[in-house]
Amino acid sequence: MLTDITIGQYVHGDSIVHILDPRVKIINTIILITSLFLIANFWGFAIFLLFNISIIWLSKLPLKRVLNGLKPILFLVLLTVILHIFMTRGGEVLFHWKFIRIESEGLYTGTFMASRILLLIMFTSLLTLTTSPLQLTDGIEYILKPLKKIGVPASEISMMMTIALRFIPTLMEEAEKIMKAQKARGADFESGNLIQRAKNLIPLLVPLFISAFRRADELALAMESRCYQGGKKRTRLHIMKVKNRDIISLVLSIALAVLVSFF
Amino acid sequence: MLIELKDVTHIYDQEQNIRALDNISLEIDEHEFIGIVGHTGSGKTTLVQMFNSLIKPTSGDIYVDGIKTTEKKANLKHVRQTVGLVFQYPEHQLFEETIYDDVAFGPRNLKLDKEEIDKRVKVALDLVGLDFEEFKDRSPFNLSGGQQRRVAIAGVLAMRPRVLILDEPSAGLDPQGREKLKALLKRLHESYNITIILISHRMEEITQLSSRVIVMDHGKIVLNGSPREVFSHKEKLESLSLELPEITEILFRLKERGCDIRTDIFTADEAVEEIIKVIGSQNDVN
Repeated sequence: MLTDITIGQYVHGDSIVHILDPRVKIINTIILITSLFLIANFWGFAIFLLFNISIIWLSKLPLKRVLNGLKPILFLVLLTVILHIFMTRGGEVLFHWKFIRIESEGLYTGTFMASRILLLIMFTSLLTLTTSPLQLTDGIEYILKPLKKIGVPASEISMMMTIALRFIPTLMEEAEKIMKAQKARGADFESGNLIQRAKNLIPLLVPLFISAFRRADELALAMESRCYQGGKKRTRLHIMKVKNRDIISLVLSIALAVLVSFF
Repeated sequence: MLIELKDVTHIYDQEQNIRALDNISLEIDEHEFIGIVGHTGSGKTTLVQMFNSLIKPTSGDIYVDGIKTTEKKANLKHVRQTVGLVFQYPEHQLFEETIYDDVAFGPRNLKLDKEEIDKRVKVALDLVGLDFEEFKDRSPFNLSGGQQRRVAIAGVLAMRPRVLILDEPSAGLDPQGREKLKALLKRLHESYNITIILISHRMEEITQLSSRVIVMDHGKIVLNGSPREVFSHKEKLESLSLELPEITEILFRLKERGCDIRTDIFTADEAVEEIIKVIGSQNDVN
């Protein structure tokens, strides 16, 4: 049940999309997401979708994995469509019965918004699917570097993100273990009303927090005993280098962004 | 028959078809003391979680005390009361403010009345060697690691299980703590008639306590029999990178060097006797 939650669902691979420099990938993503908000008609979306599909094909990701990522937001998308259909006014009246009125503008805006959200999630999930969490945080740290001058603790932020990502599976495992142990003692996590259920979570949450704090303590000690100091000119195991393919991808992204935004 | 597994297979990664358990059939009778050994990842922990239905198998049937637990509407409450499970590092599951409340968590879930709960907590704490009056109002988090583990075990004992499963209960305990734990298991088995299933990496523990040993490898049961029988398969165990009990290892080495000696011995006393006997008979020949 808990293992269904997929965060940082990196799929290992060696495709051209996987091996791009993470910094360039992040910048590409930012540029293209911005362009997604500048798109003014369905032609733009069609081109973007085509691009999106070719990236999935290039990265050799299982299509099912990408589509699975859309499941959690389906409700949000549906809600958007429904709200727009019934609330947004304008254009011709397509359907009218008592107080229910559907107008063409609403239908148009609804599908427009839905396409935008779906493409947005699909495209951003490509970044996390093809970039390992470690590379991702390395990339973010690098991009945040210039902000250090105005006092943003870039390396600390990236270390915190790395640790958080690293411990998500561990904590999940721990939670599952504690849950089983309490179930073995007759605990019930599945029935009862909302308040009862929340109460029933205490035997899970207390040990989970205690172990998280213990882990944090131990980790801090282990880091300190290896003389960790944030941001003190730390060298890297994997040095990131911008190669030709990265520059090409960046140029392509900018070109696509310009194309779809002004179409 | 207390627990019965029929062709149980458990696949935990459908995509890669990784089998935690591979077609296991097993019967466990009342009042057995079973030791389960196998290296990490051999499926021991998955197997014992099947016994009280914390994990459902991908295929196969499991019966506990006559209840088919693989059925959808099985009475799991009864199953979990019958089969108590002490996880690895059970002290990590403590959560209540006082030791009394933590041990009483199980009985309270069984909806027992106050007096019965009180009685059970007293007996359980007494069994694990913690004084009821002294400990009942203390916080479980201010105890030493060994004491915490005993409180956690008491929490399972308070459910009054007929089968007690322990998953590496001695991991991280000091020698004294291990001895105490061994004595507790012996007492539960002999005086309280509890069926015990013990997972351990310490062969000494297994041979000294169990009446049957099950060896697991890659989700399969590879050896299943009395300690004498199982530990006579020296090569097989070595190929699974499992070691023999130290005493047995010594006797095997003596045999390798040409000594005509029995190798199915697990205690130091018996070994000494055997060695003296063999030396004596050699002197007679000379």
